Amino acid sequence: MTPAAPAAPTRLRVRYSKTGKVRFTSHRDVVRMWERAIRRSGIPVAWSEGYSPHLLLSFGHALPTGAESLAEYLDLTLAAGVSGPEPWAAADATRAPLTEQLSALLPDGVDVQAIAAPPHGSWSLQQEVSSCSWNLEVFGLAAEELASRVERLLAAPTALVERERKGRTAPDDLRPAVLALAVVNRSGPEPVLPVAREERARLEAELATRPRGVRPRELLEVLGPGVRLSRACRTQQWIERDGIRVEPLTADGREAGTVAAHADRRAS
Amino acid sequence: MDPPQTPPSDATPSLWPQVEALLLGVQKPARYIGGEQGARSPVHGGGRIAWLLCYPDAYEVGLPNQGLQILYELLNDRGDALAERAYAPWVDMESAMRAAGVPLFSVENHLPARAFDVVAFNLSAELVYTNVLNMLDLASVAVRSSERAPHDPIVVAGGHCAFNPEPLADFVDAFVIGDGEEVVGELNEVFAAHRPTASPEARDDLLKALAGIPGVYVPARYLPRYEGGRLVAVEPMEGAPAIVEKRTVADLAQWPYPRRQLVPLTEVVHDRLNVEVFRGCTRGCRFCQAGMITRPVRERPASQVRDMVGEGIARTGYDEVALTSLSTADYSGIEQLVGDVIGDPRHGGRVSVSLPSLRVDAFTVGTAAQIQRVRRTGLTFAPEGGTWRMRKVINKLISEEDLYSAVDAAFGQGWRRVKLYFLMGLPTERDEDVTAIAELGARCAEIGHRYHRAVTVVASVGGFVPKPQTPFQWSSQDTAAELHRKVALLRSAAKAVRGLTIRWHDPEASVAEGITSRGDRRVGAVIERVWRAGGTFQEWTERFDLRLWEEALAAEGLSLDEVVHRARDRDERLPWAHVSAGLHPDFLWDDWQEALAGGAVEDCRWTPCYDCGACTGLGVEHVVASPVPPAGGSQGTGQDLEQAGRIPVHLVGSRRSA
Repeated sequence: MTPAAPAAPTRLRVRYSKTGKVRFTSHRDVVRMWERAIRRSGIPVAWSEGYSPHLLLSFGHALPTGAESLAEYLDLTLAAGVSGPEPWAAADATRAPLTEQLSALLPDGVDVQAIAAPPHGSWSLQQEVSSCSWNLEVFGLAAEELASRVERLLAAPTALVERERKGRTAPDDLRPAVLALAVVNRSGPEPVLPVAREERARLEAELATRPRGVRPRELLEVLGPGVRLSRACRTQQWIERDGIRVEPLTADGREAGTVAAHADRRAS
Repeated sequence: MDPPQTPPSDATPSLWPQVEALLLGVQKPARYIGGEQGARSPVHGGGRIAWLLCYPDAYEVGLPNQGLQILYELLNDRGDALAERAYAPWVDMESAMRAAGVPLFSVENHLPARAFDVVAFNLSAELVYTNVLNMLDLASVAVRSSERAPHDPIVVAGGHCAFNPEPLADFVDAFVIGDGEEVVGELNEVFAAHRPTASPEARDDLLKALAGIPGVYVPARYLPRYEGGRLVAVEPMEGAPAIVEKRTVADLAQWPYPRRQLVPLTEVVHDRLNVEVFRGCTRGCRFCQAGMITRPVRERPASQVRDMVGEGIARTGYDEVALTSLSTADYSGIEQLVGDVIGDPRHGGRVSVSLPSLRVDAFTVGTAAQIQRVRRTGLTFAPEGGTWRMRKVINKLISEEDLYSAVDAAFGQGWRRVKLYFLMGLPTERDEDVTAIAELGARCAEIGHRYHRAVTVVASVGGFVPKPQTPFQWSSQDTAAELHRKVALLRSAAKAVRGLTIRWHDPEASVAEGITSRGDRRVGAVIERVWRAGGTFQEWTERFDLRLWEEALAAEGLSLDEVVHRARDRDERLPWAHVSAGLHPDFLWDDWQEALAGGAVEDCRWTPCYDCGACTGLGVEHVVASPVPPAGGSQGTGQDLEQAGRIPVHLVGSRRSA
């Protein structure tokens, strides 16, 4: 059922989460974890040419160290002649689905949710993703004060922060990058820091990744002094395609092709 | 993947919630989360002795330490023991912990250090000593042994620096001298019989029992005596041996550890698979403490090395393996072994091998070329001395022809970058020995330019620090001013040379290393003062401060000249003389005299026995796989010196009984 190997290298897109203690690792650490896991998995990922060959893995926007995520992505380029997961992942029907096999090779807290070929002709994650949704646990301000600061920010035409670039500070307007922001009135889990209940709140935000990725800490900065972050979680990443917002790959493997999801079902 | 974490069964709650709260505010928070592949999550209680294995430096330096990982596995594999790990929190984390009242914790279950029966330190370098005190203090354990309460954890230390235990003698309850694989179990049995220690008498009894274990030194059972401001004796109390002999594992094949090397979640030094191919070295470089204290040579059988590499690569996903030892090119059949590892079909041709210490010859470069098929970096050689005369004094018998042919081979096979290691301030050193480093470097760069338009030769120069248990233990040590003068001399000699770069180690750091290397028990108070003045992480250039050490010495009525710079004579009672690496004091003294006379000795693996004492005294022998030196390897072994006698070696496999 696998068609003849196409000339162009075939990609697979992986969606995974990063939660718990492992959130304190950096983006570079995550890259290394994946390289080791891929080498152990036997998935025939292509290698780069040249002086210092490396696995062809392509990650999306870096997650800040300390933040959790329910929606991290990476694209793998398969070795020449391999067109999909079929020949190497599903050959043995007794094996666990590929998502589980990979999760077992990754540290606690890094869990693979879905694997599928991205739509034909899609760009890299860095190019495609235009915004991310965040859940931010904050503390330090009374709920009313926080709500009014959020309103003021949304009503303001600009939101300038001083940004250091190449040793010089320059003003940077973050307002266009704040696509959505709301205080959510529900009590989350106990925060990490012991603070009074009325000073805890959860923000839901959508922040643009273009022209550059805006980080949750920067958002708190434009909300003014006194707002402190106790936990950040990226809940979704978004691609805008023909005016419609879609995820690069949904947690159940839809949207971006069904090859591997199918393989997983068959194998399980 | 490792089994899911089980919380400890006894009452001590995990500190993780408090630790977690600090992590958003510190650099590199992954240092404090554990979670390495291969990490254990031991269940406490049930009478098991709980060990906290500590490395007194930052996580990324300490995690790869193989000695600590070996003991970690051995202890956790025992039914009557368990082990977790702790590393020195970096300065920012330390202040956050102190402000929040969070004590030193283990990275597995995030338990406070005081929840452990034993707090054990690996001592790989002297400048970490202030961190040992700091970690004890962070653990809420009294830094001085004499001030500890009966139920406090027992503080143990081992590693190369334990061969002069005196500078830390006031702070450590028991030192372990030599290889730890066997003795760690004996210690555990004594702990199991004595813990918990409810009274001062019970704690005392435990220490007495520890002092009875061969290879264990309990400083409280020895009294130093001084006359005229100088040490004259260290007297053992009843039941303590006059000389503590080191422990030596006779056969590495019986200890294929670590079986599950820890794979960290974050970047560390030596981030690769490490497989120890032999322990010990008999090249006899007179400055080298590691070579002197780990005799004799014990090779791991090649088949076991291949298995450990194969299993390790498959388990970890690393793409690089280091074959470790003090001089891996001397391993019998190294060429075959490297070929086997690189060609192993299980690795798909994507595994690179690194040999951390290259011998200086063209043959070795050939092996290196084979290795670097996969990935190409620079090549490093260690001639150590600038002239043949200097190299004979230190017994590093590399001729200029050897060096040039090695460098020629390296550039000829495509390398563009060669690094040369030298020592400065060596015994009998003259200015011409120093400027000769520039001449050697220049010649190497010139060879490189025959092959490539742009080449880099880096001559990296460290200050010589005389080390205990070596023939140079009696030597004088250059002052920082003298080292600075020599560095300047070398730099001006190298100035006009295209392609040659001189790098040098901070001379002030060599001086501080000298204080902690050859000091006696009085240096303990100096270390404590430096620590109290904030002098932690002294291995780190940005944290090192010699003034702290000078002030502390002065406050204790000691001087740099007395502790560091002066030469010792034969009659002086050396502070470490009650600890033995198996080497006869006469052998060391004669070798020292031979050095001063400019005489060299051969490698005793393949040439006559000098009766250094290591084999005969310890009842062990060299274990090597081949009765002849490695191909092309006469160089550096001194085989061109006069030969006589039979070969005092055992071949791998010819002796195994079990």
